[in-house]
Amino acid sequence: MELNAVTIGFFIFSVFTLGGGIGVVTTRNLFQGTIWLMVSLFGVAGYFVLLSAPFLAAVQILVYIGAIAILITFAVMLTRSVTRIRERYIRTVPSFVASLALFLVLLFGVTVPIFGEQNPEAIPAFVMTTRDLGVALVDADGYVAPFLLASILLTAAMIGAIFIARDEES
Amino acid sequence: MDELCTGLCKLMAEAGADVGLAQFVSLLVGVLLVSGVPLVTVILLIWVERKVAARIQDRIGPNRVGPLGLLQTFADMLKLLSKEDITPTAADRILYNIAPLVSFASVVLIWAVIPFTPFHYGVDLEIGALYFVAIASFGTLSIMAAGWASNNKYALLGAFRVVALLVSYEVPLVFALLAPVMLAGSMSLVDIVNAQTGMWFVVLSPLAFVIFYISSQAETGRAPFDLIEAESELVAGFNIEYSGMKFGMFFAAEFLHVFTNGILMALLFFGGWMGPLFYESPLIAFAWLGVKGTIIYLTTLWLRNTVPRLRIDQIMAFNWKFLVPLSIANLIFLSLALKILQELGMAPRDLIGASFAEVLPATIVMLLINLAMTVYLLGIMRKRGREARRESQAGAALARAGAAGD
Amino acid sequence: MNVLNEWAFVGLFALMAPIFPALPIVIAWLFRPRKPNVLKSSTYECGVETIGDTWVQFRVQYYIYGLIFLVFDVEMVFLFPWAVAYNGMNLFGFIAGFLFIFLLTDALFYAWKKNALDWK
Repeated sequence: MELNAVTIGFFIFSVFTLGGGIGVVTTRNLFQGTIWLMVSLFGVAGYFVLLSAPFLAAVQILVYIGAIAILITFAVMLTRSVTRIRERYIRTVPSFVASLALFLVLLFGVTVPIFGEQNPEAIPAFVMTTRDLGVALVDADGYVAPFLLASILLTAAMIGAIFIARDEES
Repeated sequence: MDELCTGLCKLMAEAGADVGLAQFVSLLVGVLLVSGVPLVTVILLIWVERKVAARIQDRIGPNRVGPLGLLQTFADMLKLLSKEDITPTAADRILYNIAPLVSFASVVLIWAVIPFTPFHYGVDLEIGALYFVAIASFGTLSIMAAGWASNNKYALLGAFRVVALLVSYEVPLVFALLAPVMLAGSMSLVDIVNAQTGMWFVVLSPLAFVIFYISSQAETGRAPFDLIEAESELVAGFNIEYSGMKFGMFFAAEFLHVFTNGILMALLFFGGWMGPLFYESPLIAFAWLGVKGTIIYLTTLWLRNTVPRLRIDQIMAFNWKFLVPLSIANLIFLSLALKILQELGMAPRDLIGASFAEVLPATIVMLLINLAMTVYLLGIMRKRGREARRESQAGAALARAGAAGD
Repeated sequence: MNVLNEWAFVGLFALMAPIFPALPIVIAWLFRPRKPNVLKSSTYECGVETIGDTWVQFRVQYYIYGLIFLVFDVEMVFLFPWAVAYNGMNLFGFIAGFLFIFLLTDALFYAWKKNALDWK
């Protein structure tokens, strides 16, 4: 493998992603777990940059590190003394089997369709800009239906969340 | 490889250096040059901030160390260096030590995309405007980490309040930011400035600027939104357990963030480096940006030293019930009006390089719309304020009656 | 390829940025006095010893604000490309974006009416 800036970047971000993942499953502290998760997702943002999708990278950081991390922390602090879980999770074998199965499904699901010698010329050199994305989002032949559906979904999520959170309180 | 290797890199490669190394060195030099600007500025800023605050409060401010007290910051730095650094035994050591670094780095990182002149900048990212919003998330997370890692009830409570404040005010901030992005049709900060050749965006969308100004004041944790530093309520806030240089880093980050926001507002709304004779020399362009940024920065200091602190419920109500609806309404009206004008052919479809005359009709319509919205809003605010005052007066009267009855 | 070069700059900047604040902290670490004692490095709250666990239960309102913020955050993600493409957009595209914003304003008003925006 050629050692250039892209491969070095790939290795660095892989360390972030995998290291963060290991951190999440090994720490016994929920807040540290959150931070590790963010380290992992930061690595994923790095992959997006390497794939020439900087907009998605910024979105990844904005949504996960900016919002989800905060939300998880708020949620953690809602519950009493969960920051120090003492009991160990006992069902190790079933969870190991389940996660291994999921990993294999994902691995083959992603790699099988693109397995074999790849022809670099077959990959289009076209890089989608944010403007193309914006045009496609509201184009009648493009993604306008999913775009509006996303809006409805977000509205529903917010209404549902408020409904549940307020119900618990009263 | 040629397109990647220009300037210093090219010189080095021609002198016989390895191309990869030459690229790396030229990038490194670029990083040091760009990051040098905020790092040098922050030392001056601490002095400016103290001097301005002192003058507003009818004091003299630092005046002993060096001429006009200019060397005061260095003296303070020496003092902080010699301070014992106390880490509470109960603290989460790793997070406790990383938090101040992330806090400062998240502000310095914004400068990577700030264009100083039309041709001198770190990078002109296609997603520049989104970049600095995303980078700010690290600052928020670092405050949360600091509060949590200190293992102190006041620190945690302070951190929670500040983080709730920061995320809340990010909503109107980004909605206001959408206005310049929409007008310029680009998120690149260089494009946004270039789109203001005909007219500054502050004229095209004054309400967006006001919303951006207020929310960035909140994002930096400055009065009236200075929950970040609520001495009287929370002893200090999230940084109560920090001492020495680590404490200093949180403060330096805050000072720098305020100035950075001034520069960002100058770029987004006040035409950045544009001004008389800016095309003559990069130095003049740079000076214009500096002057505009500094003026905005000084107004934020003025505001900070004039208004009292709000309670957290007031801050949240102001954001969610006033600023957020306003920012959404502003975006809707702005986009609607501009689209109609574009369809009628009264506004250019591309503002980049548009002349003053081309933008003038659109400007007048936009100003009228903004004026109408402002008048309407001030009416609502007056009504609400009167209601709230009446309620609290009624409450106070009731309390007095109760006390008399006892 | 040029895009990656730009991001190499950002990446290097991100690597360097924590070094700037780390430098004075390390220098301070070299020079500062070290005289810790149990009382000095105990948690400082009000001058009396702290009672109970630091990680107390927080109010639900923080979580609700967090949720509402998350919804708006995701909305903004969609609106940025829309705003960038705005100038070249026809009326149909504009109205689609308009509807998108309108639907979420609805959600905000629902939250308002349900008093989910009040600090309690």
